[in-house]
Amino acid sequence: MNSVVATIFSANFLFSVIRLTTPILLAALAALITDRAGVMNIGLEGIMLCSALTGVVGSAATHNAFLGLMFAILTGVVLGLIMAYSALNLKADIILVGIAVNLMASGGTIFVLYSICGDKGNSTSLKSLTMPSVSLPLIKDIPVLGSILSGHNLLTYLAFLCVFLIWLLLYKTPLGLRIRVVGENPNAAESVGINVRKVQYIVLVISGILAAVGGAYMSMGYMDKFSRDMVAGRGFIALAAEALGTGTPAGIMGSSLIFGAADALATNLQVLDIPVQFVQMIPYALTIVGLIIYSVSRIRKEKKIGISK
Amino acid sequence: MQNKRSYSSKTIESRFEVLRVATAIGISLLVALLLITFASKQPLNALKWFLAGPILTMRNFGNVLELFIPLTFGGLSIAVMFQCNQFNMAAEGSFFLGGLGAGIIAVGIKMPAGIHAAAAIAVGALFGVVLCVIPALMKVKWKANEVVSSLMLNYVALFFGNYVLQYMLFDPDAGYNASHIFPRSVRLPVIIPRTGVHAGIFLAIIMVVVTYLFLYRTKWGYAIRITGQNQNFAKYSGIGVGSTIILSQVAGGALAGIGGATQVLGMYTRFSWTTLPGYGWDGILISILANNNPKFIPLAAFFLAYLRVGADIMSRRSDVAPEVVSIIQAIIVVLIAGKMFLDTYKHKMIVKNSQEQVKEGSLT
Repeated sequence: MNSVVATIFSANFLFSVIRLTTPILLAALAALITDRAGVMNIGLEGIMLCSALTGVVGSAATHNAFLGLMFAILTGVVLGLIMAYSALNLKADIILVGIAVNLMASGGTIFVLYSICGDKGNSTSLKSLTMPSVSLPLIKDIPVLGSILSGHNLLTYLAFLCVFLIWLLLYKTPLGLRIRVVGENPNAAESVGINVRKVQYIVLVISGILAAVGGAYMSMGYMDKFSRDMVAGRGFIALAAEALGTGTPAGIMGSSLIFGAADALATNLQVLDIPVQFVQMIPYALTIVGLIIYSVSRIRKEKKIGISK
Repeated sequence: MQNKRSYSSKTIESRFEVLRVATAIGISLLVALLLITFASKQPLNALKWFLAGPILTMRNFGNVLELFIPLTFGGLSIAVMFQCNQFNMAAEGSFFLGGLGAGIIAVGIKMPAGIHAAAAIAVGALFGVVLCVIPALMKVKWKANEVVSSLMLNYVALFFGNYVLQYMLFDPDAGYNASHIFPRSVRLPVIIPRTGVHAGIFLAIIMVVVTYLFLYRTKWGYAIRITGQNQNFAKYSGIGVGSTIILSQVAGGALAGIGGATQVLGMYTRFSWTTLPGYGWDGILISILANNNPKFIPLAAFFLAYLRVGADIMSRRSDVAPEVVSIIQAIIVVLIAGKMFLDTYKHKMIVKNSQEQVKEGSLT
């Protein structure tokens, strides 16, 4: 038991928490922005997987990691637009559209990978690049804290910056106000002249970009290659993180850190004498428990408001 | 007097539905053919095996029928839950647990032939129900989103299954990660010699009929359909919405569980699943293709089975990966689920028809 406690409070562990939080945080922000406009995007998993692949392929083709990232982001934009067109123009249920994106991604990435590399498992044969790691000046010299906060991938810092940017977007810009109004009540939004469809198009594209950066992080930061199904449910966990984060960017950062910690715990506890399957289960089981807590507290809150009226 | 050439808009709509499905399938196949042409050095060879491969030999056609069985169960399971408008994705996990449950009974208990298989399938169904009902209960009791909870449960089910396989069923003599060998008493007999087509195909057909009768000829099925179409209307007509939602997912879980059990007992001699089988996801395409109606599920399941086997043969005979089918699947789901797909065309047809009717009316 002591070893567990020692593991959790080591600087190494906290470093890996931040590392593993990154993709979940980006995807959870992607879930947040669509959810605030009344659209549930369950295609995040698929967007992440596709961008993870296009990032690797793009960086190998252009010999430039940043151009690779651009390829990934472009993939996210295109998939976001396809989702928006299917859901808003063709009026397909957005959940089914999300499922379709995930289906397409899980098989489509393997199809493309095999066509390019002749391998169905991973992209080892491609000379792909990774985004650079950054050591923060001043902060890196602080004992302990420096070794936790400094030396992460550029995209990790970008992810935490996005928390602020999304907050800014949602609460300090006219577009943010429109997004929130559309999410609260689309009919009311329409009646005051807001173009609901346009707003929902915009959020799906932003969501695609955020998820794409998360996917690129998986293959160009967390790992240095693409391997099949490498997103491993993080796009789904992000939906739970979004639900737990009470709909605010800061809340979502908190809940993403919890899931990141659960993920890190799962990796670190594998050395202990617990059946590995139960350790692997932790993030998913925790999500279910968290979802229940969130739902119960929401019902209580609604009841309270009902009484005060 | 009714003219033969004018139709009611309802006939047009149902005819139009067929046209829509056909167009969606056509577009998706076209995209797949284009992709294959780009990806392959010998596209014609690849296409030949993809489209004709499944019917070239009896063995290949047997593969289609083998795959037809789990796909039918997957489709039925999703159809019952979608009819109630519940996007419960735990069918995937239920399918896996159904197989696990059957595996446990198969190697754990000795029973006479026949009864043993029936018991294993029943336990598989029970396992499936237990998993699928959790998101339903969470939804009804706490309004927790069933999509998120069921997606998470699939992973919990998978790791639970891996644990059971490694610590309880594992046979060190198997040579791979698998359970002890199933006794003869529990296996489903092969019904077409020199293929793997097993007796589970009868069970699949029976369950199609049972599910159809359940949904369209019982008051529970009626409640499920009404709740799915309009929850408020259902509530005001005195239907217990909560219990109906749970019922639909109990039925869906049972169907997925039976599917998993049948697959494991019919196709394998040991339980060796270490990943989710994917038939729950396939079930979504099948159910949508069949308009969530059990009557059409076998047709849709056969279609997907044919594509899968064709792609598989193609990958063995050429340089194209069989995963291209998942792209076909995604396009079909989006186009058929898209209510507005070809909608302007439908309107034109209805308007034209009514104008003709008016013209004829004014003449007589």
